[in-house]
Amino acid sequence: MTAAVEFQNVSRHFGQVRAVDGVNLAIAPGEFFAMLGPSGSGKTTCLRLIAGFEQPTGGSVRIFGDAVEGVPPYRRNVNTVFQDYALFPHLSILDNVAYGLMVKGVDKATRLRQAEEALELVKLPGYGARRPGQLSGGQRQRVALARALVNKPKVLLLDEPLGALDLKLREQMQEELKSLQRALGITFVFVTHDQGEALSMADRVAVFNNGNIVHEGTPEDIYKRPKQRFVADFVGSSNVIAPDVMTRLGGEKRWASLRPEAIRVRPAGEGVAATVQQSSFLGAVNRLLVEAGGTRLHVMLPADQPVPAIGTTIGLGWVGSDIHYMDDAS
Amino acid sequence: MSVAASPSILPGRGGFAGALSDSFWRKPKLLLFLMLTPPLLWLGIIYIGSLLALLLQSFFSIDEFSGMVNYEFTLATYAELLRPSNFDIILRTVTMAAAVTIASAAVAFPIAYYAARYAQGKWKALFYLGIMLPLWSSYLVKIYAWKLILAKEGILNWAFEKLHLTWLLDGILGLPVVGGNSLSVSYIGTFLVFVYIWLPYMILPTQAALERVPGNLIEASSDLGATPAQAFRTVILPLALPGIVAGSIFTFSLTLGDYIIPQIIGSSRLFIGQAVYTQQGTAGNIPLAAAFSVVPIVIMGLYLWLAKRQGAFDAL
Amino acid sequence: MRSDRSASFSLKLAAGLGLLFLHLPILLIFVYAFTTEEKSYQWPPPGLTTQWFAIAWNRPDVWAALGLSVKVASIATLIALALGTLCAAAVSQTRFFGREAISLLVVLPIALPGIITGIALRSAFSLLDIPFSVWTIVLGHATFCVVVVYNNAVARFRRTSGSLIEASMDLGADGFQTFRHVVLPNIGTALLAGGMLAFALSFDEVIVTTFTGGQQSTLPIWMLEELIRPRQRPVTNVVAMVVVLVTFLPILAAYYLTRDGDQIAGGGK
Repeated sequence: MTAAVEFQNVSRHFGQVRAVDGVNLAIAPGEFFAMLGPSGSGKTTCLRLIAGFEQPTGGSVRIFGDAVEGVPPYRRNVNTVFQDYALFPHLSILDNVAYGLMVKGVDKATRLRQAEEALELVKLPGYGARRPGQLSGGQRQRVALARALVNKPKVLLLDEPLGALDLKLREQMQEELKSLQRALGITFVFVTHDQGEALSMADRVAVFNNGNIVHEGTPEDIYKRPKQRFVADFVGSSNVIAPDVMTRLGGEKRWASLRPEAIRVRPAGEGVAATVQQSSFLGAVNRLLVEAGGTRLHVMLPADQPVPAIGTTIGLGWVGSDIHYMDDAS
Repeated sequence: MSVAASPSILPGRGGFAGALSDSFWRKPKLLLFLMLTPPLLWLGIIYIGSLLALLLQSFFSIDEFSGMVNYEFTLATYAELLRPSNFDIILRTVTMAAAVTIASAAVAFPIAYYAARYAQGKWKALFYLGIMLPLWSSYLVKIYAWKLILAKEGILNWAFEKLHLTWLLDGILGLPVVGGNSLSVSYIGTFLVFVYIWLPYMILPTQAALERVPGNLIEASSDLGATPAQAFRTVILPLALPGIVAGSIFTFSLTLGDYIIPQIIGSSRLFIGQAVYTQQGTAGNIPLAAAFSVVPIVIMGLYLWLAKRQGAFDAL
Repeated sequence: MRSDRSASFSLKLAAGLGLLFLHLPILLIFVYAFTTEEKSYQWPPPGLTTQWFAIAWNRPDVWAALGLSVKVASIATLIALALGTLCAAAVSQTRFFGREAISLLVVLPIALPGIITGIALRSAFSLLDIPFSVWTIVLGHATFCVVVVYNNAVARFRRTSGSLIEASMDLGADGFQTFRHVVLPNIGTALLAGGMLAFALSFDEVIVTTFTGGQQSTLPIWMLEELIRPRQRPVTNVVAMVVVLVTFLPILAAYYLTRDGDQIAGGGK
């Protein structure tokens, strides 16, 4: 099956800076794909390479099998939801949404009807007459979505679309985006630096670092079996344990990750001895910070278990298969 | 909203415009070149070309007997600038420019300070227009207004008379050098008109610099025990200085090059601008006129270099 | 910078006196337009009359000068709009070697004293044997009018989010469509404001005109001759007052067009 978006050894260098450096990638049609990484890791440049705002200095980008080198953004059947939404301030909401159809020469009645439908799709029916300046951040975000979707793109690109929203709105939009994508069947490529967002929404995630993909896989794969220390550090709250500490804890002399919820608290004297240093109440769980084997570990303790006092010694235990060894490179 | 059948590359709108747009997109340098060519031809060739041609002429000399330009490289014309009668003109103009600049800064500061620090909302707009309107009013009309004010039978003499201060005015006019028969033919008159006309150019950059001083900086300095005078001297003035320097670039440069104000209001002694005008016109000595016009360029070049070191350009 | 405290009395006084200093002379013009005194600038006016308005109205030389000024300013403004917009777009939309030099080049005609621009153009005209005409005046005016259009357009470009252009292209608009549907509507009012200021600048220009004009006299040249060799002072008074009123209109309009954000990008004369 042809990939919706395919990168073959793609590079984008800006002078000495290697923003994207030999990326290989295949996004399946209908997939919700997230590009996750810190700023400057190359994820946004990859998105711009798909949209056509950047040209690769090496390699080839294909959209549904067609090489798109030298094809301007306005002739690519992909659309973008911009980080700052980029709504046209001089146009009404309806004209904003109808813009793509207008420049393609769709007649007025048809394009206004389709724009109105797109606004209904993003739950903003009847907002067409307003101006972008009169809408809230969340509403503008929906308009940007409608403006892109009305063109029926083969791939929808989203550049940190939820970054400017407050927490509650962000969670709500995550769910809506997910169900919208399922309903439309359009390939979504989503760029974010928020690992929670990427893991909860995407079918597959690519973690970027220094212009390349360091781990690509399902959210569960990335969360449970990070390939590199960097991935474990960036993606999660996982405990990253150095090789020499691992030998003291009774494991192999390699870098490893151990998820806080995989550690069990046992009575003192059993398992690995640890000293409680801090505890924080997080609702469903209590998070303990403990010192064991010369390192600090996070431990998630279900709320129904008693919280050991700070300074007391406890025992820690885990199943050997929960220790995940990683490549040394970071 | 089925997407299965649609192509991943759209045809574009085709035709000449479409093809042109595609090639501009592929070669952004071509578009840049096309955009810059007309203005560069105009400003770079016509304007800079004329300036260089003028500059070139300053290295020629004029034949004393025939009055014809002698097209041979010489520095004799520049040497002529140092003759006492010509050097006096330069000295007079620079002194006037300096005096005008200092006076403008003194008058402008309270206005700029009030507008930046206290005026708000409607008052702010009113202040802004109150500075912009005189700035943009007709230059000649403003000079004309001063001709009315400074005339012997005009409002200023009348006011001095009504206040029984005619003796004071006579005393001022009796001063050597700056005085004269009446205000409209004295250096004082010329000075007043210069200050009046260039004042808005001083207010605007000073105000811009003061707007950028955060209010809490002043509170912080008084919090640390500075008296208002100390806060002003150690906090506000240093921060406003780039703006004042930026304004002084205008007042200094504009005074150096002006020839209409001293022609209409002032004594018969020449300023640089008038010298350029007479040399190229009635005297027909284009090389000397060119050499004279290089003087303000050099002075302003030096001034700008100094101002740049003060960081004045951020306030422009 | 803001403060809750109110200004001290002496600051208010100094600021107020400063503003009065700026405005009283212009107001004085309005009084003199109505004076009955013909031969001198006598204050206070011995009497008031409106007869000079009718006399000025019937002066063909005033009308001819006004007509020429309007013509020159219109053409110079159109040229400045084209050149200034091109320059501003090139400088703000792309990064290239020599951007700073272009900004300097645009500002130079107004940064250098007008007399230098004037004499440089005049000697270039005479070197190239170009006879003085309306077009030589236009050429000089357009040269220094570019900067006001440029400044206004650059300020607006800076304020307009760069992603708007990308958004337009992303939605399928090519370069021309993006210019027509996104760029132009967003910079339109800035261009209008810049154009008005350019018009006002050209309409009022006298120094460069004395060098680049031949026998033609624009309104400022007419004024200048009246200032040096007064013929009928009351007519000059009336014309001066009308000029003040007429130049206020484009300034106020430009202010209202650009007041949300960018300042009127002014320049020297």
